[in-house]
Amino acid sequence: MAISGSLNIQAAMVDPALLDLPWDLPLQDWPDENIATLPKGISRHLVRFVNLSGYVIAVKETSDDLARREYEMLRTLQRLEIPCVEPVAVIAGRTDENGAPLDSVLVTRHLKFSLPYRALFSQSLRPDTATRLVDALALLLVRLHIIGFFWGDVSLSNTLFRRDAGSFAAHLVDAETGKLYTGGLSNGQRENDLEVARVNIAGELMDLEAGGRVADEFDALEISERIVAQYRTLWKELTGWETFPNQERWRINERVDRLNELGFDIEELVIKTDESGTQVRIQPKVVDAGHHQRRLIRLTGIDAQENQARRLLNDLDSYSAAFGKPHLDEEAMAHEWVSTVFEPVVRAIPKDLKGKLEPAEIFHQLLEHRWFMSQNQSRDVPLAEAVSAYIDDILRHRRDEAMMINPATGMFTAPIDLRPGDLEAAVDPADGDDWRSKV
Amino acid sequence: MATVTFDNATRLYPGGTRPAVDKLNLDVADGEFLVLVGPSGCGKSTSLRMLAGLEEVNSGAILIGDRNVTDVPPKDRDIAMVFQNYALYPHMTVAENMGFALKIAGIGKDERATRVLEAAKLLDLEPYLNRKPKALSGGQRQRVAMGRAIVRQPQVFLMDEPLSNLDAKLRVQTRTQIASLQRRLGVTTVYVTHDQTEALTMGDRIAVLKDGLLQQVGTPRDLYEKPNNVFVAGFIGSPAMNLFTADVAEGGGVRFGTAVIGIDRALASATKAKQITVGVRPEDIVVSEVQGEGLPVTVDLVEELGADGYLYGHSEVEGRRTDIVARVDGRSHPNMGDTVYLMPAPNHIHAFDVESGERLLDTAIAH
Repeated sequence: MAISGSLNIQAAMVDPALLDLPWDLPLQDWPDENIATLPKGISRHLVRFVNLSGYVIAVKETSDDLARREYEMLRTLQRLEIPCVEPVAVIAGRTDENGAPLDSVLVTRHLKFSLPYRALFSQSLRPDTATRLVDALALLLVRLHIIGFFWGDVSLSNTLFRRDAGSFAAHLVDAETGKLYTGGLSNGQRENDLEVARVNIAGELMDLEAGGRVADEFDALEISERIVAQYRTLWKELTGWETFPNQERWRINERVDRLNELGFDIEELVIKTDESGTQVRIQPKVVDAGHHQRRLIRLTGIDAQENQARRLLNDLDSYSAAFGKPHLDEEAMAHEWVSTVFEPVVRAIPKDLKGKLEPAEIFHQLLEHRWFMSQNQSRDVPLAEAVSAYIDDILRHRRDEAMMINPATGMFTAPIDLRPGDLEAAVDPADGDDWRSKV
Repeated sequence: MATVTFDNATRLYPGGTRPAVDKLNLDVADGEFLVLVGPSGCGKSTSLRMLAGLEEVNSGAILIGDRNVTDVPPKDRDIAMVFQNYALYPHMTVAENMGFALKIAGIGKDERATRVLEAAKLLDLEPYLNRKPKALSGGQRQRVAMGRAIVRQPQVFLMDEPLSNLDAKLRVQTRTQIASLQRRLGVTTVYVTHDQTEALTMGDRIAVLKDGLLQQVGTPRDLYEKPNNVFVAGFIGSPAMNLFTADVAEGGGVRFGTAVIGIDRALASATKAKQITVGVRPEDIVVSEVQGEGLPVTVDLVEELGADGYLYGHSEVEGRRTDIVARVDGRSHPNMGDTVYLMPAPNHIHAFDVESGERLLDTAIAH
């Protein structure tokens, strides 16, 4: 039995299965039966993934202070509706069988269908995939900065990605270096995060390049620089002042529409006029991500990522346009669409294929597939026909992504903790080449 | 390399009533290792972040060399936050791991190779330049990570509590390595810690902060031997200096239990107060040779550390229980429950103003 001495568990809700884990062993000595896989840590501390009653948790061994700090930070980010891993528990007071103290651990729950960037391609990373990853990270960084969160270690490795209707949605994984500033961030803090992001992304992509895992036309530097441009565009749109003549007040609506299109709702907008009343200045004060997500959930109850929601809503809107009846309002049409379009598709997915992708993502891909089929065959392919073709030709051949945490994300840590005996390094067979050719 | 100057640098957080850093004036010499130390909330990390460009400077200025960097973005300040990023990339060699940031910065291949080789020599990594991180030991990986900062040849290194997550033994090991590397590189370094032992062992000079105010800056010896005020006296040194209020006796001298200790004439005339705060370091307080003379102390515990030991006891001073620590012989020392009379070693009493806490003159009190 694992529990020895007085284990101290801080958790919002304790899964009893958590208690059965071998807390009296250092994490590196946990038996294979507990370990889901062993990615080479993406964190400064040892992190291992553990199967727990049907889901996967990440267990990070760290100091008590840091574990509690990160736990609270993740809880706060959750409350602020930032996409991040779910904090499950801090377990302190661990001792080994001889009573010697062991480090505290932070337990987080892995989001279903969320993947490390290295798991998002099979052979080599294509520039367009890398670009979409960077765009997703830029959006996450802007959202974090808007709430006053200084990340400190922005990287692809510290992020998990969920497929989102052809794009990706980024989730924060590692909040250890982060700090929340209630008064907002200084420009210096934002610039520093951005520079750290740029250098880390470049390093991560150059590493893939060195490992022969990128497409031929790949330019790591160009892609890494995209984070800066993308971030600045978003930041300006979400927070910038805009000035226009009084008679062009339609530009207020235009700004709101642009923000909606980016996936944001404006909760508060500051509008100022100059003394003469000829000029108007506006600035969004409070913005909320998830414009399409909220509308989809309100109309259909379906919880999806932002772009998936946008895609589903488009389909719903076309359905309403085609089949709309004067006596049916938006909600009623949505109900009809769910029961006649969306649910039949989800029900058509064989049980053994349900772990491949999220339902909303499957629906998006199906719509894509149907479009391609229709193009090829120059006819309107009916939904039912597209569904069977999609299942047999596409879905069946995909890997399961629901609980996927392999392949290893592959980052090494440079542990600051030197252990006796560490100094004996293994011999690298690659020795002998001229290193200067590789700098 | 360059000097660093804080010129009346002030940081007031939005909505705050008191500055987190209040008119900080500090000159760091070229190549110097300066430690900012103080308790939590003293403003040390804020000061470092102001230098890094992460915090706004509300008034005053920050200079690196002769250049005013107050409004310069972090990446253009020519500084490196060491230990900020620990990640090493598995498919890149040591040389690539150390040099890739230079590539991003557009530095030419020959220059990159020269800088990487220089850094590798300094870090004893030359034989491993062609290896991948998996073929390195933990210590070597750590040095590669430091190499990433070194090859950039920044003007200033900044380190914010880099050792705080280590256990005691590793902390001692690593702080020695950092200090010796900094001396070999000769790069101006500003290092933040809450640990006064770390400050004393690593810094060329130490700046002590409290409540956003600079208390004192000086060499470890300056701070230890001539603390400017009661706060520095109590903060620097472990175990801490014994500090208590003592009456100034008629005709000069201060009362130390049953004894009256003569005080310097200059000191006597410097204070008109009836009381002063007296400070004596544990190693400067001895068991009295004359039984019954000095401060009567009841021994609570003796901590034996081999040759030496520390006596922890208490005494009544001014009707208040006052804890006293004294260094004693590790083999022959008083025992728990004993009452001993303690006296300060000659010329090793620090005197502070009771009200302001400021040091009264440099001269120690005569015995």
